[in-house]
Amino acid sequence: MPMRKVMKCNEAAAWAAKLAKPKVVAAFPITPSTLVPEKISEFIADGEMDAEFIKVESEHSAISACVGASAAGVRAFTATASQGLALMHEVLFIAAGMRLPIVIAIGNRSLSAPINIWNDWQDSISERDTGWMQFYAENNQEALDLILIAFKVAENERVLLPAMVGFDAFILTHTVEPVEIPDQEVVDEFLGEYVPKHAYLDPAKPITQGALGFPAHYMEVRYTVWEAMENARQVIEEVFDEFEKKFGRRYYMIEEYKTDDAEIILLTMGSLAGTLKDFVDKKREEGVKIGAAKMTVYRPFPIEEFRALAKKAKVLAILEKDISFGISGAVFADAGRVLVNEKEKPILLDFIIGLGGRDVTFENLEEVVEISKKALVGEKVEEVNWIGLRKEIL
Amino acid sequence: MAIRKPPITTREYWAPGHAACAGCGPAIVMKLATKAFSEAMEEKYGDPNAFAIAHATGCMEVVSAVFPYTAWKAPWIHVAFENAAAAASGVEAAWKKLGRKGKILAIGGDGGTADIGLQALSGMLERRHNVVYLMYDNEAYMNTGIQRSSSTPYGAWTTTSPPGKYSIGEDKPKKWVALIAAAHQAPYVATASIGDPYDFYRKMKKAASVDGPAFVQVLAPCVPGWRIPSEKTVEIARLAIESGLWPLFEIENGDFYNIKFQRFPKDGKFKKPIEDYLKIQGRFKHLFKRPEAIQELKNQIKEVWRILGKEVELL
Repeated sequence: MPMRKVMKCNEAAAWAAKLAKPKVVAAFPITPSTLVPEKISEFIADGEMDAEFIKVESEHSAISACVGASAAGVRAFTATASQGLALMHEVLFIAAGMRLPIVIAIGNRSLSAPINIWNDWQDSISERDTGWMQFYAENNQEALDLILIAFKVAENERVLLPAMVGFDAFILTHTVEPVEIPDQEVVDEFLGEYVPKHAYLDPAKPITQGALGFPAHYMEVRYTVWEAMENARQVIEEVFDEFEKKFGRRYYMIEEYKTDDAEIILLTMGSLAGTLKDFVDKKREEGVKIGAAKMTVYRPFPIEEFRALAKKAKVLAILEKDISFGISGAVFADAGRVLVNEKEKPILLDFIIGLGGRDVTFENLEEVVEISKKALVGEKVEEVNWIGLRKEIL
Repeated sequence: MAIRKPPITTREYWAPGHAACAGCGPAIVMKLATKAFSEAMEEKYGDPNAFAIAHATGCMEVVSAVFPYTAWKAPWIHVAFENAAAAASGVEAAWKKLGRKGKILAIGGDGGTADIGLQALSGMLERRHNVVYLMYDNEAYMNTGIQRSSSTPYGAWTTTSPPGKYSIGEDKPKKWVALIAAAHQAPYVATASIGDPYDFYRKMKKAASVDGPAFVQVLAPCVPGWRIPSEKTVEIARLAIESGLWPLFEIENGDFYNIKFQRFPKDGKFKKPIEDYLKIQGRFKHLFKRPEAIQELKNQIKEVWRILGKEVELL
């Protein structure tokens, strides 16, 4: 029987790692993710988990050791955040290019400067072009589930790409919630042992990995990463189905809430989705035709699901905790690509919100709705809006 | 007449057809190191192939693995410049969990080891991975076109340490990574030179045989980088030993009080002049107009010997 325990999201991520049985874990402490390797250390110390835990001297070495381990043919896991993920940046491309199904748990945190340990998504969003799949969890249960799902998708022969699972710093990482821990036997059935079909660093079948690709080959290799990411759409759906059958919880690339007759739809990722649902309920009572949507998968970008959502709205407001300076939030820019050639499309607005751990309040959300309503009646509004800025100190 | 067993194995892991320069010192290192490794694995595990290689970005990586070709007959992985030791740590951990017997060979040049890869090397040594780290030292960033590294010797010309009106060439003493490695109390640390291939071979075998981490720093002249004739590579590497410029030693478990030396003159007097080593290398040509710089180089080398516990005389 699945067991319910009250735990922090970091612990849920460690539990997911325990259930996934990676043979190698390599990690380096960083706020707010440190509890993940701490908990894994305890599991190993108590004999509850059988993994080699490499206590590396940096995140760069953490991901490099994961690459070495994965290339040697075993399941590998790490956890990090913020500067740690940024330090891994170079190797993230390599892991994807070498088609190694590593999974990273990310306690989504801002990037310096100024140094700040609190939540936004700038860390993982900034890695969107590395070839890693990206999942964002709304709560602790989702973090646990999505890590298992991430391994399953990543190791699929049609995909073979690494994946990161993000969950908001402190809002989730350090918040206790009841989490259902699935039975090990069911997880074993779901995930199975990772047995790569190719010979990886095996003296019996020596192969060369990580060779130099000249212009005659480079582009094709990169194209296979593109193809794998395209294949991932279908595989993610299949794995969501299988996950539901095994564990009874259903995931969607984009999950909608009260969108059917909505004029304004607020789309976000991560824990903010929970806040939006409460807010939508409140506004519905006031008679506002409003809905919410949560994007669980950010890479591959859920293109068709996003278009279907967009068809329902007159104003589609994207609330995102990241900024690509000089253009907009990253999700908004992506949404533009998705809708640009659509005949009918909603007014698309971007709301930069909650950077560096600033609370997102109902007052902030009211401001989002006010701007969206103006757009709805044809008033000109800014496309990119910074919400909750303390203009008095600027 | 009995046919003698060859002094080194005839097995090859470094295939012909790689793209290294004629007379390349590091290419000799690759050939000998893998042979020595294979002998050690055969003796220890009964399987000469029981090893994998994690290679840092650099000349030997580039010339050996141009897709779709490879010069490697052993399992081989290249990840990036600074992380060969970290990647090797991961491979070793995976092999342990897979129950696979053998040892991992990490390879990097002096740039990838003394500079950008030093942190990952330190981590690997400190964590006691069952990995041999082989540093082929050609004393500059040769793959990018001869830029100085912290392992470039005093006085040497490189493209980023050019001699000029206000410059004698490289103006810092060479950093000896072997001493840093030994300070980790690694089970086995050695220096070697392709000028004494049998000594290098023995040391690689020893490094591969010990349990836990080992580090070997081998001098490997670079034909274009040192501005030397391609047939002089080994001769120059031997002159480095004979002139006292390249100490050959072994340090076990960080025991600096019991360093073993090889080819050390009993009287502490090296018989070949340092100038013999310098004068056949274009990278030192300018020093002959600056005798005080040659003296400074000698003083620095004597100081290294003194740190190693030896008072020496250099010609």
